[in-house]
Amino acid sequence: MKIAVCIKQVPGTTEVQINPETGTLMREGVEGIINPFDLYALEEGIRLKEKYGGTVTVLSMGPPQVESAIREAISYGADEGVMISDRSFAGSDTLATAGTLAAALRILGPFDVILMGRQAIDGDTGQVGPETAEHLGIPHVTEVKMIEGVEGNRITLRRMLEHGYLRLKAPLPILLTVVKEINTPRPASFKGKLRARQVPVKILSGKDLDLAPKIVGLSGSPTRVIRVFTPPKPTGGKVFTGEPKEAVQSLLRALKEAGIPMNCKNGS
Amino acid sequence: MDGIKVIIETCTGCGLCLRACPYQAIELREKKAWITDNCTLCGACVEACPWKAIVIAGWKPIPKEDLSQYRGICVMVEHRFGELSPIVPEIIGAALALKQQFKGDPRTVSALLIGSGVRALSEELFAYGVDEVWLLDKPGIDPFAEDILADLAARAIRDRKPEIVLGGGTVMGRSLLPRMAAKLRTGLTADCTELSIDPETGLLRQTRPAFGGNIMATILCESSRPQMATVRHKVMKPAPKEIGRTGQVVELDYKVPKSDFEILEFVEDTSQKLDLTEADFIVSGGRGLGDPKNFSYIEELARTIGGTVGASRAAVDAGWIPYPHQVGQTGKTVNPKIYIACGISGAVQHQVGMKGSDVIIAINKDPNAPIFSIAHYGIVGDLFQVIPELIRQLRSKEQG
Ligand SMILES: Cc1cc2nc3c(=O)[nH]c(=O)nc-3n(C[C@H](O)[C@H](O)[C@H](O)COP(=O)(O)OP(=O)(O)OC[C@H]3O[C@@H](n4cnc5c(N)ncnc54)[C@H](O)[C@@H]3O)c2cc1C
Ligand SMILES: Nc1ncnc2c1ncn2[C@@H]1O[C@H](COP(=O)(O)O)[C@@H](O)[C@H]1O
Repeated sequence: MKIAVCIKQVPGTTEVQINPETGTLMREGVEGIINPFDLYALEEGIRLKEKYGGTVTVLSMGPPQVESAIREAISYGADEGVMISDRSFAGSDTLATAGTLAAALRILGPFDVILMGRQAIDGDTGQVGPETAEHLGIPHVTEVKMIEGVEGNRITLRRMLEHGYLRLKAPLPILLTVVKEINTPRPASFKGKLRARQVPVKILSGKDLDLAPKIVGLSGSPTRVIRVFTPPKPTGGKVFTGEPKEAVQSLLRALKEAGIPMNCKNGS
Repeated sequence: MDGIKVIIETCTGCGLCLRACPYQAIELREKKAWITDNCTLCGACVEACPWKAIVIAGWKPIPKEDLSQYRGICVMVEHRFGELSPIVPEIIGAALALKQQFKGDPRTVSALLIGSGVRALSEELFAYGVDEVWLLDKPGIDPFAEDILADLAARAIRDRKPEIVLGGGTVMGRSLLPRMAAKLRTGLTADCTELSIDPETGLLRQTRPAFGGNIMATILCESSRPQMATVRHKVMKPAPKEIGRTGQVVELDYKVPKSDFEILEFVEDTSQKLDLTEADFIVSGGRGLGDPKNFSYIEELARTIGGTVGASRAAVDAGWIPYPHQVGQTGKTVNPKIYIACGISGAVQHQVGMKGSDVIIAINKDPNAPIFSIAHYGIVGDLFQVIPELIRQLRSKEQG
């Protein structure tokens, strides 16, 4: 089974904070991390390989520093890593990213299963998966929480939905985006860490992908960010201290004055 | 870097942008900001610069076709087991609000309804105020067979040519709409919290949180149609329902392809019965509870106000409460009317998931806990005293 996992390098959000004075994002000189959801995709790829044989290829599109994310993925057990990097790719929105990833997947593939995270924590869109599948002309399933098994060219899945989950059978090849419940990622092994340092990471540039400039990067992106701002913060939160009894009284009075009902329905 | 520019004359070399850049893509060279190849054009520096010395140069896209043939607003109807999804009135509410903004040049609000035996839902859609229902009611369309749904929906959009398509920020919406957008080769903005029409250009201004809610971005889709967006659940005001309102049904007649999926079953998850993302009142507990037993405090308060129980990751990781209750970056994003955080410090990753709540109330014994910086109301105190007191006063008020 040929498996691909797409990972995105995102800012290590733990360290991204809001500057209280300017209200903007601050980063304290931290490296990027692998998007947390993508680690579950990677782990699931490795598990599929362990069960059904095959290889796991990790792909990441971004500036040259994504190489570190790819090497980290290899330390967890991916077989090979491919970096998709070119200045002309900068400013890609989800559609352009998906088009570029799809072109790379086509060159490296065909893959039986392509795994992605449910969303990247910087953009929070979750659109790249379904859009990539469409570019490849294969089906996709989002928010997968369990792969029950693969039989011939059919895969049985559990997919999270509001209020429950759906069990379904889908054909291969397929693109899946996964949620956190799907597994617990393993730590890097010593052997993996060694390999990660040694194996070459392949680089695909704009030329290799042979994509028209019109469809990559900023020019291939139908959406354009015209304004970025910090959300207004609640001003002057009322904080009560002192004896619990008085504090609770003050709180309930303040809520009442502001017309905020504390009861959704009668407490039963 | 193409696309982004530092205006050298205006740049003071203050370095604020360096700190704002989440990608370490700015350096100081000869006391001026210099954008390196690491830049992803996210725009955080543009916002951070007090001198307005960084601009993202507008790349002027050339439309592939005549955009004026696209007109009107289309709402994607999500339904399950013969009922409209709770987000549908919210999407219609958003669409009607946009309709109002096209002053003097009215637009039609239509609802795209695809399924088997769904005709009856048209009445309800009219009651919510849509002008037209574009109906494809044919046998063999499973509401979970997304592959054929995406095909049929994209086809309807191609034929009917609305300028705006809105869908729900639900699991289905966030899967189906990207698939459609890629088919239509157009832009899609995920999980919008604010939509408006630019009065000058008539374009859809789509505003959404990014970086886990730390920044907001306003996005346009200028050169392709339709302009597509999903809307975040519980943010848009639902359209009021008026029984008896009518509209026009436009019948669509497409051959239904066979789905590649075999839908086996939908398993209702009782532990998620009270879905946090739909709850109006949430009481959440964190590490401050100290012991799994003490979740009873949270449950009791939740019961008193008719709310749902949430938790921080620390509480979930400790095994005090199952994962579906987790609120935050790696858990659920919630938008209740009231969110009560008890014994939760309010780490950014937690804030991300609950910042959108209408009213945030924090109970924490540490007056410096970050949760107080985003709380609208707070009590500094021991939750083991405050919560029982709160329950007592709420109950006595109810009786009195
Ligand atoms: C990639 C990543 C993703 C993450 N995702 C999430 C997420 O989705 N959701 C999430 O919640 N976290 C998430 N976290 C973890 C987050 O950073 C915090 O560690 C976590 O939210 C802390 O939980 P807490 O507030 O319950 O615990 P703590 O930070 O330990 O806070 C406990 C609070 O309880 C107060 N307290 C203690 N005793 C009492 C008492 N008797 N009465 C009143 N107050 C008391 C203390 O003053 C303290 O403020 C994530 C972290 C990372 C790195
Ligand atoms: N630049 C990228 N390189 C590789 N994979 C990506 C990239 N961007 C997004 N992805 C994948 O798409 C998923 C969803 O991302 P997003 O649509 O940006 O929220 C991520 O979890 C990744 O698996």
